[in-house]
Amino acid sequence: MIGAQILLEALIEQGVDTVFGYPGGMVIDIYDQLYFYQNKIRHILCADEQGAVHAADGYARATGKPGVVIATSGPGATNLVTGIAAASLDSVPLVAITGNVPSSLIGKDAFQEVDITGITMPITKHNYFVNRVDKLADIVRNAFITAISGRPGAVLIDIPRDIQIADCDYSLADPVKSVIQSVADESLLKNAADIINKSKKPCIFIGGGVISSGAEAEVLSLADKIDAPVTCSLMGLTALSTDNPRFLGMLGMHGLYAATMAVQDCDCLIALGTRFSDRTTGNKTKFAPAAKKVQIEIDTAEIDKNVPVDCSLHGDVRETLQALNRFIRKHKHTSWINEINSFRSEQNRQQSLTAVYFGPKTIMDVVNQLRPENSLVATDVGQHQMWAAQWLKFTKPRSFISNGGLGAMGFGMGSSIGASVATDKRVFLITGDGSFGMNLTELATAVSYKLPITIILLDNRALGMVRQWQAFSYNKRYSCTELDRKTDFVSLAKAFGADGVICNDINSLSTAIKRSLDVSEPYLIVCNIDPDEIVLPMVPSGGSADDIITEEMK
Amino acid sequence: MQLYVIAVLVNNQFGVLARVAGMFRRRGFNIDTLTVGETEDPNFSRMTISFYGDEASRKQVVSQLSKLSDVRAVHMVDRDNAVMRELVLVKIRNTPDTQPEIMTVAEIFRARVVDYGRERMTIEITGETSKINAFIENMKKYGIIEICRTGIVALERGSINLLSDLDNSGQY
Repeated sequence: MIGAQILLEALIEQGVDTVFGYPGGMVIDIYDQLYFYQNKIRHILCADEQGAVHAADGYARATGKPGVVIATSGPGATNLVTGIAAASLDSVPLVAITGNVPSSLIGKDAFQEVDITGITMPITKHNYFVNRVDKLADIVRNAFITAISGRPGAVLIDIPRDIQIADCDYSLADPVKSVIQSVADESLLKNAADIINKSKKPCIFIGGGVISSGAEAEVLSLADKIDAPVTCSLMGLTALSTDNPRFLGMLGMHGLYAATMAVQDCDCLIALGTRFSDRTTGNKTKFAPAAKKVQIEIDTAEIDKNVPVDCSLHGDVRETLQALNRFIRKHKHTSWINEINSFRSEQNRQQSLTAVYFGPKTIMDVVNQLRPENSLVATDVGQHQMWAAQWLKFTKPRSFISNGGLGAMGFGMGSSIGASVATDKRVFLITGDGSFGMNLTELATAVSYKLPITIILLDNRALGMVRQWQAFSYNKRYSCTELDRKTDFVSLAKAFGADGVICNDINSLSTAIKRSLDVSEPYLIVCNIDPDEIVLPMVPSGGSADDIITEEMK
Repeated sequence: MQLYVIAVLVNNQFGVLARVAGMFRRRGFNIDTLTVGETEDPNFSRMTISFYGDEASRKQVVSQLSKLSDVRAVHMVDRDNAVMRELVLVKIRNTPDTQPEIMTVAEIFRARVVDYGRERMTIEITGETSKINAFIENMKKYGIIEICRTGIVALERGSINLLSDLDNSGQY
């Protein structure tokens, strides 16, 4: 078989049945093979490579399976960079495949040639340049092992064109398995359990690692056993149902008040599958100041990197929690829970100060009421993303598709496409006029593939998050954050073959959402909101819980 | 802040040096010296890297290196229990007056003359960094034309063998 066919066979060997991509000169042979493999591999053609890589990313976030994206050399490859970085920072399993110029032209500044392996070295777990066709199948296998093992991440395989058309034998192997990480030994487990058992005010903090590990049940079981509240980072959202009485909501720069106060006051912070991002900790030296910290983490480099901990257990979160459980004693911490409840009451009081009118909170409430249980939520980046993270209700893991680590605007449409294709479910995309404007051309893709995406666009005619910082710290010098555009989003949606409507009140929003549920295609709902709306609570950059700005301080 | 020396066993693959150096750059660690060469096994190369840092950065260097796919073993060299050497070639200005002095100093430092001419000579010296630095200091007054240093290589005393620490990554 030629290399291009071996590539597809190797993907099928790993259970891949869907890829996202965009053709080009140096992948034309791969696309020729895709033509023959149409019944085995579904290829989603996107509007550009950035949309395609975000789609592969959304596919992976929604399912846990590696997302695969194919792009050509040169500009095709460089257009993948943002998406690869986004997947990398959020530990999403992604396999990017790029074609390159023939080996004889490599390094000679050929047409559409870039050193994509050099460019993506810092943003991939590993990347591969295939210089011999007889190594291609094993490289694909290794790439998948790397993408899915331990802490998942992005990989890239770069294949020169002559390798794609060279002949080689291919023999089938079993699909690769993730490399197993051993659990910490007993003395370390006992050490951790000792700290937890002695605590009077334990608090559990979960990151994306809990979802990667599938440890949701173990976390809940631990929380019930030691009578502890649970908070999470943006990436940890949906591990617990937002209805769960132990769940305090998201922690961090725009975390909920009760979560911030609980972590501030706890005497033991159990950190599971998290890297203590600066968005979560604020000033690292003042983070959870009263607490002994126990960290369970599969990536040793994330232990003591940002926040020094008192005890660390290196390993898979789920396996480690299972092993730890027998050393944990059952506890009740009535006075701590009472304190937590007082934080919640205060939080509720603050939230009730929000005027009730057609604004971000009301919009999220309507979404909560009408969003079907088996749908997903995706977001772009900005104020709308924070409002979605703060106010939306989630009941199932992997139902919130949002890029945290990179925070790339324009992630929304591509990731919605990927998540929808992956699960055959409806996706509610919460976006803003700024973010949507970056990759709205993917509307064409969503229409072509008849994807049920309900787009809720919060239009404040501004780049809201930056504008908010300019209001707080730059004396309202709104430099280049007020969008003086005449874009008619509804006509735009129609021009792409979709439909849409503008909503200015709860009733029209409800009607619009219900209308969207009836159609299997994107439906754009534009909600005009006040540009002076700000995301609260807010802990300013480099600040601590003491610096929290809440509703009434507005 | 102190000097750490780390021995790294890597796959003998195209680009592995760039990956390791790239990690140091990306994470903001400052490489002082780096040497790399073959080992007893042609599949692996051995890198010896010295860098300045504190205990926290030392831990990070080890864990970040270990994450790289091509890195198969990482070992902090115990500087109190290792043989550490650098090799340096020093080209020095040579005059009839200074030549006997230079030769005497070279002998004291157990260095060897490897190139000789009317106006210059090149001296080869191996030894611990402190010895090298002292020699160079002594040569300055004669006029150093060029210096070429290799960087530190190190092997711990005893039967420790980096290859036996090999992490079997389960890769194809």
